[in-house]
Amino acid sequence: MSASFERGMAAFREVMDSPIASFFSSCVHCGLCAEACLFYTETGDPKYTPIHKLDPLKRVWQQEYTLLGRLGALVGLSKPVTEKELEQWSELVYDSCTLCGRCSMVCPVGNDIAYMVRKMREGMSAAGVAPEGMIGATQRAVTLGSPMGVKLPALQAQIRAQEAETGLSIPMDVQGADYMVLLSSMEVMNFPEYIGALGKIFRQAGVSWTLSSKAFEATNSGIQIGASDIAAELVQRIVDAAEGLGVKTVISPECGHAFTAIRWEGPNLIGRPYRFEVKHILEVLEELRQAGRLRTQGCDERPLTFHDPCQIARRGGVIEQPRNLLKSVASDFREMEEHGAMNWCCGGGGGVSANDRAEELRLVAFKRKKGQVEALGVDTLVTACANCRIILEEGLEHYNMDVEVVGLTELVAEHLIEDDK
Amino acid sequence: MSAMDLLLWSRGPGLAIAVSIFAFGVVLRLFEIYSLGRKADLAKPRVNTKACAGATVWRRMLPDMHILRRSPITYVAGYLFHFGLFVVVFLYAPHIKLIESTLGLSWPALPSALVDLVAVLTLISLVVVLVNRITDPVKRLLSGFEDYLTWAVTLLPVLTGYMAYHHLMFPYQTMLALHILSVELLLVIFPFTKLMHAITLFISRWYNGDIAARKGVQS
Amino acid sequence: MSEPDKSLFDLLAQRGVSRRGFLKFCATTASMLGLPPSMSSAVAEALTQAARRPSVIWLSFQECTGCTESLTRAYSPTIESLIFDAISLDYHHTLQAASGDAAEEARAQAMKANYGSYLLLVDGSIPLGEGGAYSTIAGHTNLSMLKEVAEGAAAVVSIGTCAAFGGLPMANPNPTGAVSVKDIVQDKPVMNVPGCPPIPNVIVGVVAHFLTFGALPELDALGRPKVFYGDTIHDRCYRRPFYDRGLFAKTFDDEGARNGWCLYELGCKGPTTYNACATLKWNGGTSFPIQSGHGCLGCSEPKFWDGGGFYTALSTPIQPVTGAAVTAALAGAAVGAAVAFGNQSTKGKAKAAHTKVTIDDLEKA
Ligand code: SF4
Ligand code: SF4
Ligand code: SF4
Repeated sequence: MSASFERGMAAFREVMDSPIASFFSSCVHCGLCAEACLFYTETGDPKYTPIHKLDPLKRVWQQEYTLLGRLGALVGLSKPVTEKELEQWSELVYDSCTLCGRCSMVCPVGNDIAYMVRKMREGMSAAGVAPEGMIGATQRAVTLGSPMGVKLPALQAQIRAQEAETGLSIPMDVQGADYMVLLSSMEVMNFPEYIGALGKIFRQAGVSWTLSSKAFEATNSGIQIGASDIAAELVQRIVDAAEGLGVKTVISPECGHAFTAIRWEGPNLIGRPYRFEVKHILEVLEELRQAGRLRTQGCDERPLTFHDPCQIARRGGVIEQPRNLLKSVASDFREMEEHGAMNWCCGGGGGVSANDRAEELRLVAFKRKKGQVEALGVDTLVTACANCRIILEEGLEHYNMDVEVVGLTELVAEHLIEDDK
Repeated sequence: MSAMDLLLWSRGPGLAIAVSIFAFGVVLRLFEIYSLGRKADLAKPRVNTKACAGATVWRRMLPDMHILRRSPITYVAGYLFHFGLFVVVFLYAPHIKLIESTLGLSWPALPSALVDLVAVLTLISLVVVLVNRITDPVKRLLSGFEDYLTWAVTLLPVLTGYMAYHHLMFPYQTMLALHILSVELLLVIFPFTKLMHAITLFISRWYNGDIAARKGVQS
Repeated sequence: MSEPDKSLFDLLAQRGVSRRGFLKFCATTASMLGLPPSMSSAVAEALTQAARRPSVIWLSFQECTGCTESLTRAYSPTIESLIFDAISLDYHHTLQAASGDAAEEARAQAMKANYGSYLLLVDGSIPLGEGGAYSTIAGHTNLSMLKEVAEGAAAVVSIGTCAAFGGLPMANPNPTGAVSVKDIVQDKPVMNVPGCPPIPNVIVGVVAHFLTFGALPELDALGRPKVFYGDTIHDRCYRRPFYDRGLFAKTFDDEGARNGWCLYELGCKGPTTYNACATLKWNGGTSFPIQSGHGCLGCSEPKFWDGGGFYTALSTPIQPVTGAAVTAALAGAAVGAAVAFGNQSTKGKAKAAHTKVTIDDLEKA
């Protein structure tokens, strides 16, 4: 089998549900969603209006799921969606949407546009119009275990390096541990210090934890490209590993989309609730801090700000935790004007970072974050998502900005009371 | 057909036909929407979503301040004409009388002269909204025949009502008949156009609020 | 009936109306008609001459005599009624002394003597059902009599809403097949003076106008003289400020009613009714319905009997809509269920056709 227009159309029909029908029925074409989307605000190009990105899906709904639309299609009042259009829309659905969900927060009639873009991608990928870069990432995720092609030996090498640096041992495949930690390959390859930081924090807190050699990658390219079958397969690997080890809680890495995949989409993809809990690492850290099990000393005195990863804050509900953690270790924390549930996306979520052809647009969209950072006059940008971190670093470099990007977990680890055993 | 015939038709059979099409269409559309179903969410929600979803339904009446700054015309003119429509439709004595006679509900009216003023504001804001739709690149891209049709069909009742009240153009009977007919036209196209948002926005906001609340976010 | 050998002044004097009183009446009539004061002598002259013909024939069809009553049985005998009594009213069932063949003979004579120049006044509607059997006079159907008399008339005036628009007899379901004069007489100038009944001054005024100028005054789209039917009751209503302020009586004995607030909510049809009641008033300018606390019935408008209840507001539906709406909603549910079924099967088919998407399915062949 291969992708085809017909499969794409069938997928559109399949994903259509009451929320989508209600959203399309409600849209008043006010265009306000455009004002919330960084791809529109930074380019001024109306084609990046969020609801416009869904036009083919809307027409399928109208022509096949409404009486008037069906009658209209019968007498030739509306033209059916064509393969060519889907190809055209590929850019809008993949390159210019990070599934950040900001538009969904402002639509006056309450349309959850990001929800629909996610659904529309099911049809787009089945129709074979997903971007090359994302197809490649998805294939690697399935065949190699990670979208970046990071295999177990690579992870083991990084673990050894971290163990050498921290003098700790990083547990692997420990049966019956309380927590199973997931990683993103972005972290493994670019920010391995995250692993060491976790080791330090958990040792101080006395947490029993483990990694799994069978499933350490938490990101899910299947969700980003919009192929639920593949996404389910990737989630299943984690579920099998966690239930095999009998852990109580699975900890999602900082990576935002990984959190969405494992926390919110996972049970629906595999069709049953988990036999364990899923928490984001920041939730766990804040719980430990509040319980007095995470003790820090000293403060970072640099002026710094926090970039909310969309999937963790707006689409994940983890908003207060990073702030509390940050305030415990930083004395000059400045909040961006729009933050938390209304933060602006870095521009690289939702698979955009894996989509090479989107790079130019992504850098234009980054101007929004650039402006936010500049307005605060900070030289440190803390975040809690390896993907955001890469995108932020690239963007800052592109615009020659001298701002350091720091992972929140590492920052907290740096301030742990060392001698406390 | 004399003006009185037209008036009697609009107050009699015309109204019954229009209300029937309206009721038929709205029920049909709700069936269309709900028939598509929604899968139960198996992920454990953070909070009980009902209260948050309900809150979203109300919260979306208020603008996001940053978006308001970016698109003031949409909000100001939009609020104005919605508010105006609310006032002229629901707070003008003859209209309340109509509602009372069909639904048995009644409430105090505003002075007619005040309603008259609001009608003028409504008309002005509707014109602003149209100009904005034509000139704003985003809105123009999103707009099709339906958007202009619904605009006109929303404007007409206010305009004819205003003209009838002030005895402009046609004798009062004719204008009143045209006014009622224009409302009937609105009722007829309501379920089948974006005017339906007046009903479905409650459903949409509820879904939106529910989806966000499961994740612990008040949307 | 008229006594052509006596002057109008004599006749009026006999009944206690002074010459001065008559001239004052002429001045009022002239001003009512919107004529300059100088024209009042022309009106007086025309009326006094009318006493020596041209003649007026009054036909009564399906009517209640209310229009004639309005004219003649006013609270006190008025100049209006006397004028009619006095001018050459050659045929009028109710008013003429003659009856039977003599009366018909008088009509034939008047028609013959004044063929082409007499004025025909009609009250009542004309029944066409059952071959016109619902109303006949001296063996003639109303239809044949109207046609016959109208033929020689200079102009026709429909007095009252029945003659003008069909009125009560024509009300739904119109059992007698009643029609208006205008429906029958189409080759003559026909003026409508509707009202149930019309204001007596108005009847006299338009007749005076015809007698003075030999032509009908300017008419509106419904054939009504604009001078009297140019404004709605609502436009001229002294309760209008209350309407504008939104102050309405809710019942006939509430505070609002006692304060003289607007009667809109009690069913007043003033806003859609063109007539002169609010300005000329009734019974010699004493009062009019709204002044006495009752809403306008809209009696000078076509189909006023079928315009919904007299006591329900103008903005309310004239037939119930709830039943129709409920039926339609049920139909919507039925069709909706069918569409829902179709939607389910479309979606179901797409689901059934779904084959697992693997990484090899992401690219087109
Ligand atoms: S989800 Fe974010 S990126 Fe996508 S359309 Fe909405 S605002 Fe734009
Ligand atoms: S903000 Fe909502 S209603 Fe307005 S155009 Fe976007 S989706 Fe439609
Ligand atoms: S009482 Fe009747 S005519 Fe007078 S103002 Fe009220 S509605 Fe108009």
